[in-house]
Amino acid sequence: MQIDLIQEARRQTEICNACRYCEGYCSVFPALHAKRAFSDGDITQLANLCHNCRGCYYACQYAAPHEFDLNLPAALAEVRQASWEQFAFPNRLAASFQKNGMAIAIFATLCFAALFGLARWLGQGAGAGFYGVLSHNLMVAIFTPAFLLPLISIALGLRRYWVAVGGKPVAFGDVMQAFLAAANMRNLAGGHGDGCNFEDEDRFTHARRMAHQLVLFGFLLCFASTAAGTILHYVFNMPAPYGLFSLPKLLGVPGGLMLTAGALWLFILKLRADPALGALAARSGEFGFIALLGFVGFSGLALYGLGQTALMPTLLALHLGAVLAFFLLTPYTKMAHGFYRLAALVRDAQRQRDEVR
Amino acid sequence: MAASYDIVVIGGGNAALCAAMTAAELGARVLILEAAPKTYRGGNSRHTRNFRCMHSAPLGPLTGHYDEEEYMADLMKVTAGKTHEGLARMAIQRSEECLPWMESRGVRFQPPLSGTLSLARTNAFFLGGGKSLVNAYYRTAAALGVDVLYDAKVTHLAVEGDKVAYLDYTQGEVAHRLEPTATIVASGGFQADTDWLARAWGPAAKNFLIRGTPYNRGVVLADLLGQGVDQVGDPTQCHAVAIDGRAPKFDGGIVTRLDCVPFSIVVNKHAQRFYDEGEDVWPKRYAIWGRLVAAQPDQVGYAIIDARSLPLFMPSVFPPIKAATIEDLARKLDLPAEKLRQTIEEFNASCGDASGFHPTELDGVATVGLSPPKTNWARPIAEAPFYAYSLRTGVTFTYLGLKVDATAQCSIAERPVQNLWAAGETMAGSILGQGYLAGFGMTIGTVFGRIAGNEAANYAN
Repeated sequence: MQIDLIQEARRQTEICNACRYCEGYCSVFPALHAKRAFSDGDITQLANLCHNCRGCYYACQYAAPHEFDLNLPAALAEVRQASWEQFAFPNRLAASFQKNGMAIAIFATLCFAALFGLARWLGQGAGAGFYGVLSHNLMVAIFTPAFLLPLISIALGLRRYWVAVGGKPVAFGDVMQAFLAAANMRNLAGGHGDGCNFEDEDRFTHARRMAHQLVLFGFLLCFASTAAGTILHYVFNMPAPYGLFSLPKLLGVPGGLMLTAGALWLFILKLRADPALGALAARSGEFGFIALLGFVGFSGLALYGLGQTALMPTLLALHLGAVLAFFLLTPYTKMAHGFYRLAALVRDAQRQRDEVR
Repeated sequence: MAASYDIVVIGGGNAALCAAMTAAELGARVLILEAAPKTYRGGNSRHTRNFRCMHSAPLGPLTGHYDEEEYMADLMKVTAGKTHEGLARMAIQRSEECLPWMESRGVRFQPPLSGTLSLARTNAFFLGGGKSLVNAYYRTAAALGVDVLYDAKVTHLAVEGDKVAYLDYTQGEVAHRLEPTATIVASGGFQADTDWLARAWGPAAKNFLIRGTPYNRGVVLADLLGQGVDQVGDPTQCHAVAIDGRAPKFDGGIVTRLDCVPFSIVVNKHAQRFYDEGEDVWPKRYAIWGRLVAAQPDQVGYAIIDARSLPLFMPSVFPPIKAATIEDLARKLDLPAEKLRQTIEEFNASCGDASGFHPTELDGVATVGLSPPKTNWARPIAEAPFYAYSLRTGVTFTYLGLKVDATAQCSIAERPVQNLWAAGETMAGSILGQGYLAGFGMTIGTVFGRIAGNEAANYAN
């Protein structure tokens, strides 16, 4: 299966290498044109460098019904998807979640149920507010391993990736370049700066780039909010709840709004886009993941808005359940793309550096 | 329906779209009739890559300057003087204002990159190639209210007196008739009709490959010429290059080109050389090799290189045929082995000091006492493994076409047809007598498309 996908991607990249019309669109083509033959590792690297902006497909003179039948965004998406599965630890889990939005939904539901059950069983907590439902120590006991275990799994996966693509020791400049490319999502800008093709065939727009960055920065703000809360709790002995003008809320409220709106926007854009230009088998998993991400943001906001009402315990369990599912699934869902994409960008920065020498 | 369009544009490539946008911007109601389905719209423009553009100072992606005289001289060189100077100069002069015009209608150019560096001063490359240009123009045209029908094959233009009275087209199985005020023909040459090619060239033409769209069958061209509309151009002349012999019959496009000739020797099926492979850098010579191969028996050639030359040119889409010895290579190519060995030994023996070999410039490393000589890059073919590519003639577009004047207007017996204009490859023979200059086809299409759109809109208004 994996070999067939790589072989098909290789067939297509060899045609691209003889054409070179798309060189300016994104990072994939300069990396592709630098080679005359493509190892499995080269194809894996190109696949993870591809942001699926689709510019090359709509510009392609060899797309079906042409007999060369080029669809590079799909060929690379298939390899990319398969590579995450292959590198994930343990990789059995990845196969079921990446391809299956239902599995994500079921897993998230199980997390909700477990938290509901736990809260009921323990009865009224000793603390105030949220901690009246689930004590702070119990939350920490659940979420610390739920956060750390996936990180270890991701680290193992990235290590496998790095070996597969022939990565070299990482320099600070490579990492900076990769983070910069992710921060402005340069590879969805289309080279000409008009954006990418996605929701309306060959029309270039910034919609997907903006929606993605809303999610990315919204997520990072939410993460920063949690970190700020942790520091306030442990360092300054200021436990939750926090007022609107506290650091956790100033970061978390805009972050939650961005995350929710961005995920909704991405969901709508994805509904309009042509599924044949992505990894078809992963489609349901991708929708499931976007929905889960959006729900994390939305339930967090709801918890803030309705925290003083009787709905609070239910909302708290839903929110924490979603967060728990999200963390635990990170290595096995679309969330993994962020890590592998960054690794591919770092590797590409190394390639560019070597080329200049 | 019949009376609802001022202008019908026949064809759906660059020239057609430039004409349609120009006319629509002047307020005309425009309909494009494209013979191809939507997926194959754009004619040969789908396969194009760049636009040759005059400029007095750096312009967009173009570096330095490229003035009218240098452009004209380049054109005269490749066409051996067989160029209509007045129309050529007009196209050259107007090319400069076209570049920003194209950008403002959605065309995006790319900075000089790996495959394009040698032309960074003279040719502006489309980001994504010609199909992305065509896509952008269709979007812009739609926003201007231009209607487009795909799979719409024009069968007849009724020329009555000095006017086109109506035109017929079929879509699916259904025949339709339109009576536009003005008509613009931008439906390309006739190269995809290999019977017509064979009538012009002789049976050899059946062995030609067609690099571009299979939809340019010259139906409208034949219909108009049959009604006495003035024609121009030698039916045997066309833009033809030597491409990989394994390319598909139609639509192979850019990836079938071979850049190895300057570093090779090229032999025919009798394993004999027939032309100086190192006459000039490849971008200045690729367009003559189509005719050179066409003149060989069975219209086929074989470019042979050794291991040292393999990394010197862009990879082709087809892997080279590879063998450890020349005799093995000959067997794989079905060439007379003894004769090939002899040709190569003779070539190798006449190579002088190859220490000055330089792949990217005219290095003057030439053969001595060999006929025909190889005047640059003449390095012995000595290091195994040996590689070969088969070469065939790939036709881009034919030059027999509609004769137009400086306003892109067609004529009968040199008197203008009041409401008929032509643009693009279908009238390129009005300018090019023979030979081809890279990127000039898009210059002709853009300049004359705009002129035709302007003239037709003024007439219709």
